Amino acid sequence: MDIKAYIALSLTLFSIGIIGVLTRRNAILVFMCVELMLNAVNLLLVAFSKMHAASGIAKASVHYASDAQIFVFFIMVVAAAEVAVGLAIIVMLYRNTHSVDINFLNRLKN
Amino acid sequence: MNAIIFSATWGIVMMFSGVFAKSKSTPRWLAIAGIVLLFIVNAIELNNGQPIFFIDAKDMVRINSFNLTFLAVVFGCTLLYFLLCGKDVEKVGEHVGEYFALIFFVLCGVTLVATYNTLLLLFIGIEILSIPLYILTGSDKRNLKSNEAALKYFLMGAFSTGIMLMGIAFIYGANPNASFFINNIDLGTGQLSVMMASGLVFLLISLSFKVSAAPFHFWTPDVYDGAPTVFTSFMATIVKVAAFFAFIRLFENAFGKVHAQWQTLIVVITVATLLIGNITAVFQQSVKRMLAYSSIAQAGFMLLALFALNDRAKEGLVLYSAAYSLATIGIFAILIKMSDYTVEGFNGLGKSQPVLGLTATIFLLSLTGIPLTAGFQSKFYMLLAAVENGHHFWIVIAAVLFAAISAYYYFRVLQAIWFKPVKENVIAAADLTKGFKILLILTAIFIIVLGIYPEILIQWLYH
Repeated sequence: MDIKAYIALSLTLFSIGIIGVLTRRNAILVFMCVELMLNAVNLLLVAFSKMHAASGIAKASVHYASDAQIFVFFIMVVAAAEVAVGLAIIVMLYRNTHSVDINFLNRLKN
Repeated sequence: MNAIIFSATWGIVMMFSGVFAKSKSTPRWLAIAGIVLLFIVNAIELNNGQPIFFIDAKDMVRINSFNLTFLAVVFGCTLLYFLLCGKDVEKVGEHVGEYFALIFFVLCGVTLVATYNTLLLLFIGIEILSIPLYILTGSDKRNLKSNEAALKYFLMGAFSTGIMLMGIAFIYGANPNASFFINNIDLGTGQLSVMMASGLVFLLISLSFKVSAAPFHFWTPDVYDGAPTVFTSFMATIVKVAAFFAFIRLFENAFGKVHAQWQTLIVVITVATLLIGNITAVFQQSVKRMLAYSSIAQAGFMLLALFALNDRAKEGLVLYSAAYSLATIGIFAILIKMSDYTVEGFNGLGKSQPVLGLTATIFLLSLTGIPLTAGFQSKFYMLLAAVENGHHFWIVIAAVLFAAISAYYYFRVLQAIWFKPVKENVIAAADLTKGFKILLILTAIFIIVLGIYPEILIQWLYH
């Protein structure tokens, strides 16, 4: 398949993520949209990696072409670490306010 | 190289200290010992040019006297921070060892973003830097403002990470060398390709988020205001200058050749940051919030380094990091001791606590950029770099005008310190030990020395 299709797909996912972050008011949903953005990047990186490997430019240094696939693993690990911290913060918030609504926070500003 | 290993290891030591230490002050002394050790191993590496343990990182980190000097500044400021504010860290909550452990992990991230040579390590460094900070911001668990700050910081941080990753993916895709090494990015000739240019813009946006440059600064005041004041002090100084260092390192090494193509963007961001930071700071009543806006305004000045991108700018950045961090850590150390964070809280401080009043004066003068202080020299270097750059001369005039505006809100605090009647019971005199005062005086002296002889720092860049 053409690389453009992958770019279009991952850009669509990425835009859905961004729009979700900007419009959603539920902290968990905002968080899920951030995860969607990260996964769009994962998809794009793997697609580019295959593209570079197939194009032959990277043949001289084969290991570079697979670098992006290693990168994807790092993104997954870091995303997991972020989930751990982020959910802890949201739970802490829920304990104190019994709500995960972001609008609630704006009311705190005096 | 040494600093990466030692900071991560010492973070683990600090975690165990929280479990095994009987006394509550043990973690603090261990942390001070750790940061002294970090400073020394870094100084040895800077002096000899050889790390104690050599690890072949396959060129993924690049170490030179420039980033080692910067790290020396960072560790020195952290040492000062621990000595001045260590006792206040103990007051935040029960888990003292963990707070210090998280600070050491942040320092590991700082070391990575100061030495990285691939986009992978940039990403990992920024994340190691940010994730512990989300926890530190929310460490005052019962306080709703702290909760709000943590959630806001976390969501904004994760969002900007997503944007940064998209930028990295685009650059990788557009780069025919298929490499993440920042000095190995093939930018082609002439105009950048669409994919490369959008990757550059994505990276610019996400790093602007991290250094809180306008128009991506909106999270900063709320987060800095909501976080426990001790950690605000750390975030606003050491972490911010580290993010700047990462910013300039990326754009110098990866995109320095096409500087002309993105310089206009930086001009817009710089002027907007200076404008919004300075104008909004004028209207703040709380000194803590005023310092948050002032950190945005100072970020505008540091952005001039990115605008100029020459040797003078690099010297200026290191000097600015030192001057800004020292003065801000000092003023925060005084602020933490107060029960009233408004400007009125400072009323008559010069009469009731002359040492605090005098040192606060020097810190504020340095932040304003009055001659004979380090703040003046660093602003001078930045403006000189912008002049030497030769383009957009008006930005220098704009920066000077905004620095004049900044005098208004810094001098308002000075006025309260010296010309207002004494306000009683604002400061807990029992907290003010002799050692604390001596340290404040030493910091003030160091700021003045750096203002007269900036060479003592800058010579190390060319060691």
